[in-house]
Amino acid sequence: MNPQDLLYSKEHEWIRIAGDIGTVGITDHAQAELGDVIYVELPEAGARVEAGKALGTIESVKAVSEIFSPVSGEIIEINKDLTGAPETVNTDPYGKAWLVRIRMDKGPATGLMSADQYNAYTAG
Amino acid sequence: MPVEYSGIAKEHTAVRTAAGLFDVSHMGEFQVTGDHALDLVQHVTSNDASSLADGQAQYSALTTPEGTAVDDLLVYRHAEDHFMLVVNAANIDIDLEWIQSHNTFGARVENVSDRIGLLALQGPRAAQILQPLTDIALTGVLPYHFVSGKVLGVDTLLSRTGYTGEDGFELYFAATESERLWNGILKSGEPSGLLAAGLGARNTLRLEAKFLLYGNDLDRTTTLLEAGLGWIVKFKKSGFIGRESLARQKAEGVQRKLAGFVMLGRDIARDHYPVYVNGVEVSHVTSGSPSITLKQNIGLTYLPLAHTAPGTKLQVSVRGRACEAEVVQTPFYKRKDS
Repeated sequence: MNPQDLLYSKEHEWIRIAGDIGTVGITDHAQAELGDVIYVELPEAGARVEAGKALGTIESVKAVSEIFSPVSGEIIEINKDLTGAPETVNTDPYGKAWLVRIRMDKGPATGLMSADQYNAYTAG
Repeated sequence: MPVEYSGIAKEHTAVRTAAGLFDVSHMGEFQVTGDHALDLVQHVTSNDASSLADGQAQYSALTTPEGTAVDDLLVYRHAEDHFMLVVNAANIDIDLEWIQSHNTFGARVENVSDRIGLLALQGPRAAQILQPLTDIALTGVLPYHFVSGKVLGVDTLLSRTGYTGEDGFELYFAATESERLWNGILKSGEPSGLLAAGLGARNTLRLEAKFLLYGNDLDRTTTLLEAGLGWIVKFKKSGFIGRESLARQKAEGVQRKLAGFVMLGRDIARDHYPVYVNGVEVSHVTSGSPSITLKQNIGLTYLPLAHTAPGTKLQVSVRGRACEAEVVQTPFYKRKDS
């Protein structure tokens, strides 16, 4: 169920890389753990993010959870649709509920897993 | 009991609009029996158990000499020489030891927690779901009353009580029958919209109705009067542990009170977040959550008395940001027919 064309972080974010642009979201595993998402707090476009550092927060009914950036770079777009429909994170985590697009710093992204590796990681 | 089955919001809404079934078998039950059963119950609890008739229950608290809470509980009167106390799971051992250590009356106290299963069927459709499954006429069971009968053929003590702010029942029975009753009630209630409900919904429902959660809103540092539980403190009955301290506090007036607040923005106050008034830290959030029913973010906190009036502005520190909140009347939610 985790798409093969994405890379995954240990903190349960996914990233789809096309050229120097990375689109980031949270995984199905993460949304299931959070339960009903009711608020997504994201930075403004233009903000810098660092790999492994918090880029925003997701609030569900039961808990608040930080979103960690899988790569370093500059936020070029945030998903404004989530403001009015945060529950999309539960229903379509790999599609409509992408969170941010990042123009990545030069050099390869490190410390990320393939779909198969992530499946194994979450199975354990 | 899991945090959720099909989702907290869905389960919460089912309880407010149809019904939810909770497995709360983890709760503790003590049988207090003997000629001096009432004397012991009266001594260790703050409410007046002598006002109970057979088949009636009351909310009460085990109090310390300082008037703070060892636990909150339900007291059921089976007979003048037989009471049942229903206590919080985390406090079973503590409560048992506390009660035994004050049992100078020779009453018999038996911890039967492991032998008793407890399901809570809660919501506006609880009675219509349960009636076909029992020989008990449910219209005859008033709030905070209980009767014995059969549910799905199982011997059950059925009590019109709950922790959600809705009409509903709590069913006590032999623990070995838990699975049968759980499956049977769920299946029978399914066409009426009954859902299995977990700890998450139990918490959001009880907070809207301002039922306190022991360990969060009430503990050994908070007196019953500060917690707004003056209505279960009966000074007129014969002495009980903590009576003098509570009488003194009542005469002098409390310095702080548990108050409800709503967040004015969309930030969510969570348990333990610091609370400020005019930039000064005065307290912390004892319970904080989104309110599914009200679609606001709500919470409880102990506030200095001067800041407890509805409309008073507060700030809750949400991950370092001061977010505006306002004191409101509680309960946050009250069902229309009550």
